[in-house]
Amino acid sequence: MDALEIARWQFGITTVYHFLMVPLTIGLGLVVAVLQTVWHRTGKEEYLRMTKFWGKLFLINFIMGVATGIVQEFQFGMAWSEYSRFVGDVFGAPLAMEALLAFFVESTFLGLWIFGWDRLPRRIHLAAIWIASLASILSAYFILVANSWMQHPVGTEMINGRAVMTDAWAVFTNNTALVTFPHTIFGAFAVAGGFLLGISWYHLYRRRQSGIDTVDADGKVVVGESATLGRNRDKIDYRVWIKSLRIGAVVAMVAFAGVALSGHAQAQLMIQQQPMKMAAAEAACHDGTGFSLLSIGDLRSGGATTCDDVVGVFEIPGLLSFLAHDNFTTEVKGVNTLLPEYQEKYGTHLPDNPIYGDRAGTEINYLPVMEVTYWGFRLMITLGGLSAVAAAVALWLTRKGTVPQSQWISRLALFGMLAPFGANSAGWIFTEMGRQPFVVAPNPSFEGIDQVFMYTAAAVSPGVSAGEMLFSLIVLTLIYAVLLVVEVVLLTRYVRGGIGSAMPELHDRPDGSQKDTDVLSFAY
Amino acid sequence: MEFLPTLWFILIAVLWGGYLFLEGFDLGVGMLMKTFARNEKQRRVLLNTIGPVWDGNEVWLITAGAATFAAFPYWYASLFSALYVPLVLVLVALIFRAVAFEYRGKAHTRTARNAWDWAICLGSFTAAFGVGAMLALSTTGLPLDANGDRVGGPFAWFNMYAVLGGIGVVAFCLVQGLAFLGLKTDGEIRTRAARILARWLPLALLPLAAWAVAVVLLNHSATALAPLGLAVCALVFAWIHARKTNEGLAFTGMGIFLLAGVAAIFTAAYPNVLPSTIDAAYNLTVANASSSPYTLGLMSIVAAFGLPLVLAYQGWTYWVFRKRISEAHIPDAHAVTPIV
Repeated sequence: MDALEIARWQFGITTVYHFLMVPLTIGLGLVVAVLQTVWHRTGKEEYLRMTKFWGKLFLINFIMGVATGIVQEFQFGMAWSEYSRFVGDVFGAPLAMEALLAFFVESTFLGLWIFGWDRLPRRIHLAAIWIASLASILSAYFILVANSWMQHPVGTEMINGRAVMTDAWAVFTNNTALVTFPHTIFGAFAVAGGFLLGISWYHLYRRRQSGIDTVDADGKVVVGESATLGRNRDKIDYRVWIKSLRIGAVVAMVAFAGVALSGHAQAQLMIQQQPMKMAAAEAACHDGTGFSLLSIGDLRSGGATTCDDVVGVFEIPGLLSFLAHDNFTTEVKGVNTLLPEYQEKYGTHLPDNPIYGDRAGTEINYLPVMEVTYWGFRLMITLGGLSAVAAAVALWLTRKGTVPQSQWISRLALFGMLAPFGANSAGWIFTEMGRQPFVVAPNPSFEGIDQVFMYTAAAVSPGVSAGEMLFSLIVLTLIYAVLLVVEVVLLTRYVRGGIGSAMPELHDRPDGSQKDTDVLSFAY
Repeated sequence: MEFLPTLWFILIAVLWGGYLFLEGFDLGVGMLMKTFARNEKQRRVLLNTIGPVWDGNEVWLITAGAATFAAFPYWYASLFSALYVPLVLVLVALIFRAVAFEYRGKAHTRTARNAWDWAICLGSFTAAFGVGAMLALSTTGLPLDANGDRVGGPFAWFNMYAVLGGIGVVAFCLVQGLAFLGLKTDGEIRTRAARILARWLPLALLPLAAWAVAVVLLNHSATALAPLGLAVCALVFAWIHARKTNEGLAFTGMGIFLLAGVAAIFTAAYPNVLPSTIDAAYNLTVANASSSPYTLGLMSIVAAFGLPLVLAYQGWTYWVFRKRISEAHIPDAHAVTPIV
């Protein structure tokens, strides 16, 4: 492998990993803010407990997002210096704004929230979590503006061989960004909803297993109380979990609806802006209208013109046209139609420029890796859809107030939490791999700036050796793997500890007495 | 002299100065976790003096990096790619340090807690050293070719300026951390921190001062003499007050020393943002490394609005958490156990 391939693997691994933490942070942050607001308004203790418990899990996850986010900010300059030089004028601005206007706010106000319990006035403490949470959403907007510009460059001119911003309004209202932003945010809420649902299910199941909650002849729940473990498993505890479960299920279903609608809007833009990505998502060699349920054959994009032996086994006629054009008959261009168009517009061979290294003058393959785009697209839709169905089923199964006493459903609920994470990762892998061979895809729908594009092969740092890249790839991957284990172990421990893990006072002062005022309410 | 690129050169200097000023003491406190604190309670006191603020401080680094990307893409690209391996180590250090702050208290065994403590200590050290070395090299030069790419192997950047900058920032962080502990704690920690500070302050600030003097001499910069003089005065001022155990004034003095020192370094380096040690014709300068006037103008508006706001709410955060912390304030650790 050469430096370019290693750098691509590194970017892929570190970014997908970072985006395991990000959606949970965004989704759970707002959920915690809402829960605390309800507690503030109603004074009901279950909402305080929910705020503390979900807030604790939120923080365990948040820190990993912070730690891995710094890598992202540095990585462009380190491994992709040519990219940074080419796009810095337009791509750097949203990143700098993210840091200055969003991430500063998020970090500072989250610090205030974590350490501010009992120290800040209650209203201000509540405001802190709202500000931090909204800042994380604003942060997503800036990052998606940057990413959308790579998918669909706007507001830019080529001046002296680099992309120069000429219209900030166009960059920040890029239609690609405006549909990607809700898609990503709803995706984050799907993750948070599933997270609440799975963990709450587990606790309701444990309560039934311990014989605390039972059901009567009609199957309706009879809530009980356990005297051991202080106030850890009283009736309020039951309300914590059933409410969390229902909130989670509703959030997951609403999020899925939002993801589906915004995804539809994205597909319609994609067909204009990156037609090859759409064709590769469908593994569609030929023009057509059907959405493939299963295609077989060699999806590997070996040469630039071998897209002949992919056979659609099951297709839903008309669906692809609906996704792309809102009707059932307009044909969507396939790979074999698009390849000559790309070759005519952007050339058949990479220029003889030293920037391309050994790749200078070689043939350009405009076809993304179809195995990845085809299955990535399907995995995203399948996992997302399954999560929504599971949420609906969960609401129905718990309509009488508790969960069935079934171990396998409980396990399904817990492992089902992974599905929305998987859908998010699959979607990003699809959209980034589908943009290849470009790092900045050309913008065919815009007059005049069709020539603002960059091949990934030209983006890597010329001065960094393959050995250095390999070193960082190995080091970061190993560390990320270890930290993932640590995070999961900690999350598991806090989940299994129940509310008491986030509120030791339930244990220590079962009579609800006040703590010693000298001692900090929260300390590391 | 072009106005906008120069303004952004100043703003980048402000961001780095802000980063070193704020994260300086929390990196220092991080290093002191293993070298100064004597027992578990003391380590937790140290940790909690910076607990609410370290993450906000670290964003200064991210902002400095991102603003360099936006305002001087060529500077960002050349500096970060040339220093690839050391920056990987800085990133690893920052990852472990951040995670350790949050996870340390959640560890169940002494071994695990000890490991997280080392992560904080070594992470803080490596980050401070790496950032110092990077800034020193950015002001004294790297072996760059005409395209701005590093010539030579992964360690071709290594020279005495890198070591000087690294030691300079590490030593500054240590004494600034001690002064901060003097301001934020009570009891044995406070008195011991003050004693060590009074003894080591001048020596600890010397390498940073030497780096500033070196950059001023290398560039024959007369204008930089004013901030350099201010830095020296601030050093003397800080030392006098450290000896009188006026922690607040010692801390302020060191802060002024740092900011004046950074000002001297950047003033002397101007208009170079990153000189090439191979050929002065390859120097990256304020003029040839910057973004377009349009982008710089846009970013100026954002910074004019954003930066004062950041200073205001971060300042407020310090006021909220102004109370001193002592061992008596630290709640007992509680072990999280499975409910069934």
